[in-house]
Amino acid sequence: MSGNEPILQMRGINKSFGPVSVLKGVDFEARAGEVTALVGDNGAGKSTLVKCIGGTYSIDDGDYLFEGRPVKVHGPRDSSALGIEIVYQDLALCENLDIVQNMFLGRERLNGVRTLDEPAMERLAGQTLASLSVRTVKSVRQKVASLSGGQRQTVAIAKAVLWNSKVVILDEPTAALGVAQTAEVLRLVRNLADKGLAVILISHNMNDVLQVSDNVAALYLGQMAAQVQRSELTHTQIVELITAGRSGNLGLPLATTLSTNGVAA
Amino acid sequence: MSETLERPGTDAAEVSAVVPASLGDTFRAYVANVRSGEIGSLPAVIGILALYLFFTIAQSNFASTSNLYNIVREGSPPAVLAMGLVFVLLLGEIDLSAGVVGSAAAIFGVVLSVKHGIAWPVAILAAGAFGAVCGLVLGWLRARVGIPSFVVTLAAFIAFQGVEILVMNSSTGNLSINDATLNKLNNGRLTPTQGWIFLVVCVIGYGLVKYVQRASRTRQGLAVEPFSVFGLRIGALAAGGALIIYLLNVDEAVSWQQREGIHTWGVPLSVPIIVALLAILTFVLSKTRYGRHVYAVGGSNEAARRAGIPVTAIRTSVFVICSTMAAFSGMLLASTSRSVNVANGGGNTLLLAVAAAVIGGTSLMGGRGRVVDGALGAIALAILINGMSDLLQGGNAAAWQYIVEGIVLLAAAGVDAVSRHAGRSTS
Repeated sequence: MSGNEPILQMRGINKSFGPVSVLKGVDFEARAGEVTALVGDNGAGKSTLVKCIGGTYSIDDGDYLFEGRPVKVHGPRDSSALGIEIVYQDLALCENLDIVQNMFLGRERLNGVRTLDEPAMERLAGQTLASLSVRTVKSVRQKVASLSGGQRQTVAIAKAVLWNSKVVILDEPTAALGVAQTAEVLRLVRNLADKGLAVILISHNMNDVLQVSDNVAALYLGQMAAQVQRSELTHTQIVELITAGRSGNLGLPLATTLSTNGVAA
Repeated sequence: MSETLERPGTDAAEVSAVVPASLGDTFRAYVANVRSGEIGSLPAVIGILALYLFFTIAQSNFASTSNLYNIVREGSPPAVLAMGLVFVLLLGEIDLSAGVVGSAAAIFGVVLSVKHGIAWPVAILAAGAFGAVCGLVLGWLRARVGIPSFVVTLAAFIAFQGVEILVMNSSTGNLSINDATLNKLNNGRLTPTQGWIFLVVCVIGYGLVKYVQRASRTRQGLAVEPFSVFGLRIGALAAGGALIIYLLNVDEAVSWQQREGIHTWGVPLSVPIIVALLAILTFVLSKTRYGRHVYAVGGSNEAARRAGIPVTAIRTSVFVICSTMAAFSGMLLASTSRSVNVANGGGNTLLLAVAAAVIGGTSLMGGRGRVVDGALGAIALAILINGMSDLLQGGNAAAWQYIVEGIVLLAAAGVDAVSRHAGRSTS
């Protein structure tokens, strides 16, 4: 499964807001066909790292490599052009529009006479949902207002996938969902990776991480404690990496964690 | 991913649109929609039928063909105003100034025509341009500067009553139109033959649009509505249109006039004007990228922004459309009385147009509405006002008229609020 070149590579990323250094020399990578879980406590820098990848924030220092080539990402448009889609926690769907209209929002297909090509969009939306084995949605012409939380998450993810995207970043996709809906969304996440996409999953939920990820990257106070194959980790080790930045011989050197603790206060 | 996009219809069967398979299913789906809060234009349609029936019973001369002609003429200016307002309401905004801005624009156009001898098409375009510029300023103040639209347009409502006087620049406050064509806008009538040709053009046009849509869905391998529903839509338009045209074509002239070749018959000229505007604006709102973006911004500003939609430009543009349509509405209003007056467009002109749009099914909270809502609601209100003006007599008649109009606006907004609750997801 692994062994291939990472599609997305961040090397030695530094990012600070004024005097506050939020990311300190962070290394991170994501591979096609894998779910990479990005974990860390509140304030560890997960959101900042994702926003750097998405181009909302520009990086102060470090290398951003996409498909092995160094790239400059200055805004969300640049990352979309590379094929990186981010599904934020607040899904940003228009409740008054239906599923098809939401999936193509801002990138509507036009026909020969420059008007909306509704049939083509409807067919592509249906195919995309079908290719993700989504069965919970009754009709692609349903208004989003009538969908449940899990269905909305599904639509948001399908929307991200529609654009020949190569990397999909999901921010806490199961945070607000019930048990059955969580299972459905996790199955969808697994599906994405099996289709050959690189999936980055931000989650606080250890069960989700253990269940679906191939690779775990743990941030600790702005530093990458470790990025390891999921198979080499236990639940306890992940928790230790999140809370202490190290676990056994994994993670940050003892001195670093201590000094970081001291500085961060 | 590319293979998913290119493969035509092989595994698309799993998720598709649910399209009712028969006439009965279509009806049941519609009832289910109404129950879940998607009432659309139902209040307006019921209102039109119920009010027409009520006033026909209550007063003998209401249902006369000459009164039908009056209702259509009286309803035309508010219909155009409401159709423009729909764009502003779709973003959850309000334009309280549209009535007076429209009349100021009409005064501008009429002054150019009367005092400077400008040709009528130029006068209409000048009025439209006047409205567009006003809308641009209002939209800029709302979208770029960030003043709530309620305040911006309330200020404009007050200020433009002064602008009307300045543009008129006459002591009487009234100016008669002497251009024959401008006077005809809401006084002229089609000949009976022209009326029937107009209906045939409308029915064929509507049928063609529906047929092309059907054909393109079939080409993509998507389900289409049953042929019976397709036929019924066109049949209903043809039958309803034929009834109205037949009634409007009844000759009101007395027999000696008819012998002299004088006839008082035909569809008001405002009807083809409104239908043309309706077709253009409906096309813009439902078939273009711009229209889709208007709905998106009205549904969720943040989602639209993240989708790369120029939210500020969209928000500005709806005020431009609204004020331009208000200018055309002002020209129709001026034509009705064959003159412009500095008091035109004030009072409750605007709020009645808002009521028309809301009765027609446009939400005050944004995101939901169609251009046709404005026209349907305006017809319902025109019937109400026309019927009331004859039914209510005596010194306090005007008082009751105000009270009823206020209640109607409130009731329409109430239905809007309740239907929004019903439409919310339960899971």
